[in-house]
Amino acid sequence: MGFGQLPYDVAHLLGGAMLLLSFMLLYQRRVAAVVSVLAAQGAVLAAAAAWQGFVQGAPQLYLTALIAAVAKAGLIPFALRWMIRKLALARGVDPALGIGPSLVAGVGLVALAIMVTLPITTGAQALAREDLALALSVVLLGMLMMITRRNAILQVVGLMSLENGLVLAAVGVTGMPLVVELSTAALVMLVLVVAGVFTFQIRGRFDSLDTALLHPHRGEEG
Amino acid sequence: MPAEFPLAWALVFLPWAGAALLGFLPRERVAALVNIGVSAASFLLALLLLAEPVGVQGWTRLDALNLPLVLLSFLIGLTTAVYSYGALAAETLDPLRLRAFHVAFQVFMGAQALALLADNLGVMWVAIEIATLASVLMVGLHGTPAAIEAAWKFFILCGVGIALALLGTIILSLAARPVVGEEDALSWAVLREVAARCDPGVLNLAFVFLLVGYGTKAGLVPLHAWLPDAEAEGPIAISAVLSGLLLNAALQAVVRVKAVVGAHPETVPPGALLLAFGLASVLVAAFALWRRRDARRFFAWSSILHMGLAATGFGIGGPAGHLAGLLHMLGHSLAKSAVFFGIGAAVRLRGSQRIADLGGLCASYPALGWALVTGILAVAGLPPFALFASEFLLVTEVAATHPWVILPLGLGLLVAVAAKIHTLQLLCFGDPGPGTPPAAGPEKLHWPSLGPIWLHLVLALLLGVALPGPLRAMLGEAAGVVG
Repeated sequence: MGFGQLPYDVAHLLGGAMLLLSFMLLYQRRVAAVVSVLAAQGAVLAAAAAWQGFVQGAPQLYLTALIAAVAKAGLIPFALRWMIRKLALARGVDPALGIGPSLVAGVGLVALAIMVTLPITTGAQALAREDLALALSVVLLGMLMMITRRNAILQVVGLMSLENGLVLAAVGVTGMPLVVELSTAALVMLVLVVAGVFTFQIRGRFDSLDTALLHPHRGEEG
Repeated sequence: MPAEFPLAWALVFLPWAGAALLGFLPRERVAALVNIGVSAASFLLALLLLAEPVGVQGWTRLDALNLPLVLLSFLIGLTTAVYSYGALAAETLDPLRLRAFHVAFQVFMGAQALALLADNLGVMWVAIEIATLASVLMVGLHGTPAAIEAAWKFFILCGVGIALALLGTIILSLAARPVVGEEDALSWAVLREVAARCDPGVLNLAFVFLLVGYGTKAGLVPLHAWLPDAEAEGPIAISAVLSGLLLNAALQAVVRVKAVVGAHPETVPPGALLLAFGLASVLVAAFALWRRRDARRFFAWSSILHMGLAATGFGIGGPAGHLAGLLHMLGHSLAKSAVFFGIGAAVRLRGSQRIADLGGLCASYPALGWALVTGILAVAGLPPFALFASEFLLVTEVAATHPWVILPLGLGLLVAVAAKIHTLQLLCFGDPGPGTPPAAGPEKLHWPSLGPIWLHLVLALLLGVALPGPLRAMLGEAAGVVG
């Protein structure tokens, strides 16, 4: 299977769309817009999982797709928007690294992912290796977002985007066992992170979700 | 007992059933006693593993590597439950939080058993994730700003860590896919067999992610930052089980994937990477120990040091290296949880966990002070305790096989021992300083507080001076399992 064949092209298109959305996460200046992009990425992930389920003839991937669609494109973004309103969080992004440098670093990370993945996976199927390169790029961009954004909600968004990359990698490996179980377990973690932000009401205690303000509480100064 | 009885799963679901029960028990004292009961029952069940045949059973496996770790985990689970019974009254937790603590503790114990006993790497990953979530809850339990920061940092760093471990697991399965046929591409036993026929490049990539991912959970430098914060917060029981149990489960996962990747002759030797992470952890932690003012953070950094030493042992490999690493994990769990029990009692009596406020414990509370002296000597790796035996084994093996490693390793060990002796003097023999709050009445420490400390220390002593024959045979066999 290679370039010019429908299963490959569609999978590539969907993976590329996820990567594009990862870049969009990096350049948004409003938190609400970031959440919308995250929802779009979840929807594309669901489509990618469903397509892989169709191509590989693996019905359990439809379940992964359904879970991704409901949770990542629907419920979690909805909950995040509700929290932003309810906790009256800051609307601006306040990056630790500016938007421009973040994008440059992002391009560097994608190059790194390609250079790492493609040479060593020459034995694998073309679809699997390019899927892996795309997924690794999404994972690295998610990490970049976690590092360069101070706001706790955006760190959660970064973690979710990272996890979207993981699911993309998992559905791309033909015959990978336990995909549904693993992606669900990872999702449970994300749901709990979101619940944690809300229950701990980090904003209520620190007046901002800015995690830089947390550091005085490390208990070892003085 | 019939061979089909899934004892491994019973060990997972007994604590989880206990957790469900504890969720409905409103009375604190009753709940603490039930917690002890569930832990004791789990420990007895774990002892039955000794009679089980070694081998793979579905998603679980039992071998000489995980058997001693499982037994030790449930032993420490039991002593921690006993200790908590005595300590929780002083923790000033409201009933709801206390209930959450008991539930999270038993959920953690079940997940710990699953993480150690899993043969399927996907199941192992899920188990480590559940254990992480349960421990995050325990760390943030007090709800103070410092506790929330610790829990948040723990959550985010370990979230990234376990996400990377999952990516590594996926890539490992990608590597195995072409050669594995109809078998389970995530089974450790299967992977070990087929690894030599996999693509070495993909194996390398998988190992890097698995090492960084599970290494984060094992507290290895450079992603160790969550550990000191996490161990400084929450009830003291969480420090004991984090140091004694969770780190071991994560390091065991690293060792198992190292065995898979190392089975291919053309991969970058995974032991060398593990050795580098281990040495970095030893050096960073040894110097960081000198800067600590908080007693719980001090011993958390010491956990990073000891995990680094164990990783160094596994990194140099060979029967002696693996034996040293495994013995070091066992000895560290026993000694470190004993010290945390002692520190917890001292913090309770003095109302502060700063080293400066804890000074002069031997004068104020002799029974506790001397127990702590013994515990810190054991943690510092001085004879005759188990950590001395494993460090001695490690250093001789390093000198024989990797002489250039002896310099950084020896430097780290010396600096760390000096730091621990220094803290020992401050904590136990110094003057109770002017800023020290007066002792709140006579010493009220009963056997639930002191008993677990001495039990752990006696066991650490036994491991150090007279390793029982069957255990020695088992540890030797474990070195062969992952050799």
